[in-house]
Amino acid sequence: MMDERKIHFIISRKNGPSSETYEEEFLIPYRPSMNIITALMEIRKNPYTKDGQKTNPVEWESVCLEEVCGACSMLVNGKPRQACSTQVDQLEQPVRIAPLSAFPVERDLIINRKKMFEGLRKVKAWIEVDGTYDLGPGPRMAEKDRRWAYELSKCMTCGLCFEACPNVNDRSGFIGPAPLSQVRLFNNHPTGKMQAHERLDRIMLEDGLTSCGNSGNCVRACPKEIPLTTSIADLNRQATIHSFKRFFG
Amino acid sequence: MSRDRAFFWRRVHSLSGLIPIGVFLLVHFGINYTAFYGEEVYNQAAGLMDQLPFKYALELFVIFIPLLFHGIYGIFIAREAKMKMSVYSYEKNWYFYFQRLSGILVFIFIIWHVWTTRVQVFFGAEVNFQMVSELVANPFFLLFYIIGITMATFHFSNGLRTMLITWGLTVSEHSQKAAKYGAIGVFVLLTGVGMVAIFAFV
Repeated sequence: MMDERKIHFIISRKNGPSSETYEEEFLIPYRPSMNIITALMEIRKNPYTKDGQKTNPVEWESVCLEEVCGACSMLVNGKPRQACSTQVDQLEQPVRIAPLSAFPVERDLIINRKKMFEGLRKVKAWIEVDGTYDLGPGPRMAEKDRRWAYELSKCMTCGLCFEACPNVNDRSGFIGPAPLSQVRLFNNHPTGKMQAHERLDRIMLEDGLTSCGNSGNCVRACPKEIPLTTSIADLNRQATIHSFKRFFG
Repeated sequence: MSRDRAFFWRRVHSLSGLIPIGVFLLVHFGINYTAFYGEEVYNQAAGLMDQLPFKYALELFVIFIPLLFHGIYGIFIAREAKMKMSVYSYEKNWYFYFQRLSGILVFIFIIWHVWTTRVQVFFGAEVNFQMVSELVANPFFLLFYIIGITMATFHFSNGLRTMLITWGLTVSEHSQKAAKYGAIGVFVLLTGVGMVAIFAFV
């Protein structure tokens, strides 16, 4: 027997970066274990609004469909989520979908997360391994450190922590929780450690560490359960020691 | 790399909340508490403070300059935040929100409080038991005092908790949790002392 149930979606739409935002409503045939992506795919298959008007299919981004790539970030009923891992069965109806507000919207649900990648570049979130000759293998890493460092390496720059952070906005210029956590990751790496002071100098500027106000929202929003607040507290310790050494020698 | 001084001034802001402002708050509450033992004891304690050597220098460098710096810079810090409490109604986020709200309220309270007490000395008044009891005889002012005291104790105790994070002392989740319980203890205790003190004047 066919399930006749429909799911009511209210989707925030925008035709281009400088267009006006408008809303459209859709009724999507229910299937068990649906997620937001499969619901959006239904709209693409049959792009008619709730009132039977033909419309452009809703545009969104997604890649991996298993909460690893970070591309399908959006607001689901106001909360920042990964669309692929958000189950429709667990949501209140009507389901409201909107693009993240912390980033510029390109079209519909597609956002531009460039400022996250710029943040990673600012803090040198990489390990310098290049030389004019073979530098050989780096020092080994203790297993107990590798274990927690691996957790930090799960960051997929999805931007949910930026969305949840009250201090990431156009008034503050804060580089955000995710790039800070990457500083902790690379400052702990046996080879990455060699640039630890450069990363600390960078995050001690105005847009860095001190713009964190300890609201703790980032760690609640992170879909990868990265201990962002612990990372920031650890960087606070590193920065305290670094600043004393920098001044007193 | 260009070096701005944001880190230095933010850390000074953080420290100034404890030293000297927090220490002064504790001394102030201690003196207020003597009102519990009666008018005479209170006037004696207040008189002792009045006779401290280098009084004007102490007032300026231990109280007024740090308070103005902490308050005005704090308003700039609070302005950075855009709150969405309905979406993120988490415990720590409420602390974050109230830290900013209480800071602004207590700043307004302190301006009024200094005006009605310390500044009146220049107009010939004397800071004593009678002065405070005349103020709190007005129920509106008493309410203002109760709000002001609670906001001050919240801002101080929550500030202590976040200060431990800011300086990198409490890194792990369980140490931050322990600090939170400690801060709740400080809040309850200080608010109790403050309430006993203000109601001694009623």
